[in-house]
Amino acid sequence: MDNRRFRFHWKTNTFAWLLLLPSLLFLFLFTFYPIAKTVKLSLFQADLATLVPVFIGLDNYTNLIGDEVFWKVMSNNLWFAIGTVPTSIILAILMAIYCNKAMRGTSMVRISFFYPTMIPMIAVANVWLFIYTPQYGLLSRLMKSIGQGDINWLGSPQYVMWAMVIMVVWKEAGYFMIFFLAGLQNIPHDLYESAQVDGVGRWTVFRKITFPLLMPTTLFVSIVALTNSFKLVDHIMIMTKGGPNNASNLLLYYIYESAFSFWDQGMASTLTVVMIGVLLLFATLNFFGLDKKIHYR
Amino acid sequence: MLLKKLKISRWLLYGCAALWLVPLLWMTVTAFRPREIALSPSFSLDFTLDNFANVWSAAPFAQYYINTIIIVVCVFAVQMLTATMAAFAFARLEFMAKNVVFMLFLVQIMIPADVLIFPNYNVLKELFLLDTKLGIMLPYFASAFGIFLLRQMFKTIPPELDEAAEIEGYSKWTILWKIYFPLSRPTYVAFGLVSVSYHWNNFLWPLIVTNSVENRPLTVGLAIFAQSFEIGAQWTEVSAATLLVIAPLLIGFLLFQRQFMNSFIHSGIK
Amino acid sequence: MRLISNMSNKTILASLCLMLSITACSNNTAAPEDQSSATVSPSTAVNETNKDEKVELTFYYPIAVGGPLTATVEGMAQEFTKQNPNITIKPVYTGSYADTAVKTQAGVQSKNPPDVAVLQSTELFSLLDMDAIIPLDDYIAEEGGDSYLSDFYPAFLSNSQTGGKTYSIPFQRSTIVLYYNKDLFQAAGLDPEKAPQTWDEMRDYAKKLTKDGTWGLEIPVSGYAYWMLQTFALQNGNNLMSEDGKKVMFNTPENIEGLQYWSDLAKKDKVVPEGVTEWGTVPSDFLEGKTAMMYHTTGNLSNVKKNAKFNFGVSFLPKNKSYGSPTGGGNMYIFKDIDKKKQDAAWKFVQFMTETERAAQWSMDTGYVAVKKSAYETERMKKYTTDFPAALVARDQLEYAAAELSTHNNGKVIKALSDPIQAVLTGSMTPEEALNKAQEEADKALAPFNK
Repeated sequence: MDNRRFRFHWKTNTFAWLLLLPSLLFLFLFTFYPIAKTVKLSLFQADLATLVPVFIGLDNYTNLIGDEVFWKVMSNNLWFAIGTVPTSIILAILMAIYCNKAMRGTSMVRISFFYPTMIPMIAVANVWLFIYTPQYGLLSRLMKSIGQGDINWLGSPQYVMWAMVIMVVWKEAGYFMIFFLAGLQNIPHDLYESAQVDGVGRWTVFRKITFPLLMPTTLFVSIVALTNSFKLVDHIMIMTKGGPNNASNLLLYYIYESAFSFWDQGMASTLTVVMIGVLLLFATLNFFGLDKKIHYR
Repeated sequence: MLLKKLKISRWLLYGCAALWLVPLLWMTVTAFRPREIALSPSFSLDFTLDNFANVWSAAPFAQYYINTIIIVVCVFAVQMLTATMAAFAFARLEFMAKNVVFMLFLVQIMIPADVLIFPNYNVLKELFLLDTKLGIMLPYFASAFGIFLLRQMFKTIPPELDEAAEIEGYSKWTILWKIYFPLSRPTYVAFGLVSVSYHWNNFLWPLIVTNSVENRPLTVGLAIFAQSFEIGAQWTEVSAATLLVIAPLLIGFLLFQRQFMNSFIHSGIK
Repeated sequence: MRLISNMSNKTILASLCLMLSITACSNNTAAPEDQSSATVSPSTAVNETNKDEKVELTFYYPIAVGGPLTATVEGMAQEFTKQNPNITIKPVYTGSYADTAVKTQAGVQSKNPPDVAVLQSTELFSLLDMDAIIPLDDYIAEEGGDSYLSDFYPAFLSNSQTGGKTYSIPFQRSTIVLYYNKDLFQAAGLDPEKAPQTWDEMRDYAKKLTKDGTWGLEIPVSGYAYWMLQTFALQNGNNLMSEDGKKVMFNTPENIEGLQYWSDLAKKDKVVPEGVTEWGTVPSDFLEGKTAMMYHTTGNLSNVKKNAKFNFGVSFLPKNKSYGSPTGGGNMYIFKDIDKKKQDAAWKFVQFMTETERAAQWSMDTGYVAVKKSAYETERMKKYTTDFPAALVARDQLEYAAAELSTHNNGKVIKALSDPIQAVLTGSMTPEEALNKAQEEADKALAPFNK
C-alpha cells in the first residue's frame, strides 16, 4: 500500500513536470537566463571603445546617477504613467458602465471604443502624427477654424507629453473597458434590484456597490496599465525619437538608444536592470497592497 | 427629470464614441485623397486609389502580410499547446514545488519579454537565430498569461468529470485534450484575441531582430515605409499604408465582434 | 493507474516530438537567406578556378528616392547582373539612414553583416570601431590609384578617409541648399532672381516674407539638428570636429554666435517657427507655400521640381564670414569577415553604381550631387543642366563644403550635440550653455578614444 502510494506520487510528479517542461524551458531561456546575463553585463564596460568587455564593478550605476538624461527619462516615465493610468481606468469604467446597459447603439459604441486596441501602436503613431502636425494636421486645422494660433504639439517640450498621453489613453481605454465589462457580469443583479427598491441614487449605487465589487478588476487593470506605460515606446520611434531634448523620451526607448544607437552594451544592461527593478517594485506593491486572491485564484 | 438626465448622458456617450472614431476617419479620408490636395485647407470630394497602388508597388506589403500571419499563427498554436499542458498541471495535479514554479511564472507577468529586448537580443545571437521568424516567435512560446487564464477555467470544470472518465479508462492526457480542451473554448477565444492582437501589433522586438524582407512583419515594414521619405513626409501614402495594415484585423474584428466580446467577457478574466 | 500513467508518458513524448517538428518546420521557412549564404561559401572554396561560379551579394540600402523605392534599385541590380552574370545582387531595403545603420551594425555584431551597403558617410568611425569594414586602397590602386580618386569631389571623399586610407566610395551625396519661392519673393517686393547672400540679408528677406500663415524661412531640426548647426559653424569659421574623429570643437565663440543667429531667427525676429520643426514637414510646407524659403538637402531637388506649383529658385546658403555647408548623404561600404570573392564582387558592384554615366543619371533622377566630376561632362548632364541650372548649385557649393560631423562614438556625440540645440530652439537654454554642455558630454564620450 505504501509502496503503491509512493509510486502514484512519483508518476503524478513526473507527469506534471513533463506537462510543465516546454513552458519552463522557454521561461528560463527568455526570462531568467537573460535577466541573469543582464545583471552580469551591467558590471562591465562594453561599448565601442572596448571590443572585449572590461569588468568595472558598479561604475555603470554611478555613471547612471550622474546622467541627466537618465533622470529626465525616469521622471518622464513617471509622468507618463500618472497621465495615462488613472485617466484610462476612469474612462474605461465609465465606458463599461454605459456599454453594459441595453440601449440602442450600444454595440456600435462598444466597437468604437474598442477598435483602437486592434490597431498596432506603430499605425496609431502614423495616424496621430498627422493629427498633431502643425499647419495641416487635424488639430491645427480645427484650431485655425476657431481662430486659435497654431501649436507645434510634438515640437514643444511643454506639450509633447500631453500629446502622447492623450493618444495612449485613446488607444488603451477601450481595452480596459473589456475587463470591466467582464467584471460587471460578476456583480449579482439582485443587488441592483434591491438598491432600486430602496430608492438609492445612482451615484450611491456606483459608490457602494459597483465600484467596490469592481475593485479586483481595477487592481488587475492598473497593473497592466502601469506595466504598459513602461513598455509602450513604439510611437516614440515614429513621432519624436524622444525629442525635443528628451522631453518625450521613455526608459525603454533610452535602453533601445543605448543598445542600438550608441552600442553601449554595458549601459543598456544597467538600464535594463533598473527597468527590472522598477517593475518588481510595482509587483511588490501590488502583492502587499491587495488581496492575493485577485490574481490567481 | 431623470429621463432628461439619462438622455443627456446618453448623447454624451454617443459623442464620446464619435470622438473615438475621428482618428480612423481622418486617416481613411487622407488615404483616399489625391496627394496634391491632401494638404490644402479646403475640403473637396476628390477621390483616388492611387495612394494604395503606389504603396503596394513601393514596398512588399504582401510579403509582410504573410510573415505576420505565419508569426501570429505559429505563436498562438505553440502557446496553446504549452499553456494548456502547464495550466492542467497547475489546475488538477499535486506535485512538488508547485507554488515555487507558480511564482516563477508570475515573474514573466511582471517582467514581460518586451522590456528585455537587449538581453534577449543577445540570447538570440547565441542561438544563431537573429533575422529568423523563429527568433521573433521564440520568446513568446511560453505564455504565463495564457497559463493563468486556462488554469482558472480548468478549475471551474467539475472534477467528477475526470473521475468518470478515468473509470471509462481514459488517461489524464486524453482527459486533458478530450474534455478540458473543448470545454474551455471561450477561454481559448479570449486568449487567442489577446495573443493575436499582441503579436500582430508587436514592433520593437521584431524591429531589432529582423533585417531581411523575408522575415519582416507588417509593423516593422510599415514603420520603415513611413520613415523612408527623406524628401518629406508623404501623408497620403503613409495613411494608405497604415490603412492597409490595420484593415484585415479591423474587418475581422467587426465581423466577429459579438463572439469576441462575449467570449472575452465570459472567459473568466477577472 | 500505472497503465494510465504509462500511456500518458508516451503521448507526452509524441506531443513533444510534434512540437519540435513545428518549431523545426517554422525554422525552415524562416531562414532561406541563411541557407543560401551557407551553401555559397563551400562551393566557392571548391571551384576556385571556375569563372562561372555564382556569388550572391546582400546589399542594404536606405531612403526612398526617385520613384518607387524597390523598383529603382532592383532595376539597377538586375542591370548589374546582366553585365556580370555570375553575380546576383539581393537588395534589402532597410529604412531610413538611421534604421539602416542599426540593421547593419546589428548584423556586424551578430557576425552576419551585409556584403555591401549604402550608409551615411558619417558611420566611418563607428564601423571602424566595430572592425566591420575593409579599406579599399588595394582595389583603388588597381583602378589607377590617385587618378581614380581624383575624379571624385574631394569634399565628398573627406568623410571616407582617415589615417591615409579610404574606406568608402561616395554614392548619393548632398549639400544643404536654400530653396526659395520666387512668386512669394515677387509678392513681397523682392527681386526673385536674387536670393539672400548674407546672414543679415537673410534676416531682412525673411522678415519681409513672413506673413500671416507663411513663414519667412524654415530650418528642419528633428534628427538633423547637428547638420544644420554645421552650416552656421562653417559659414562662421570652422568645422565642428578634427579629421581623426577624436576631438570636437562645439563651444567656440563662432559656433555660439552661429547658434545665437539661428535661435534669434525664431525667437527674436519670429521669421522661423519656434520649437522643433520636423525634417519631413519642411518640404511639404515649402511646396504648400507655408514657408517662403527652406534649408534642405539637395537630394530633395527633383521632388521640389516635380511638385512645386510656383517658380522656385535654389541658391547657396547665405554666408557670414564665408559660404559653407556640410556634405551629407550615403557612401558605399564593403564589409569585413565575408568571403574574399564576395568582397571582389562587391567592389565591382560599387564601381558599377558610381560609374560616370550612372552617377549622372542618379543625380538627375534625385537631385543628389553626382559624385564624380566627369559626370558633369556627360552629354545628358550637360543638356539637363542647361535647361535646369539649379541642378548645379549644390555642386558649385562644394567648393565651400566640408565633411559632415563624424567622430568615434558617433551616436552618442551626435545626441550630445543635438539635444542641447533642441533645448535652445525650444527656449530652455542659451546657446552658450547649450554648446558648453554639448562639449562636455561629447568630451566624455570621446575620452576613451583619446587615451
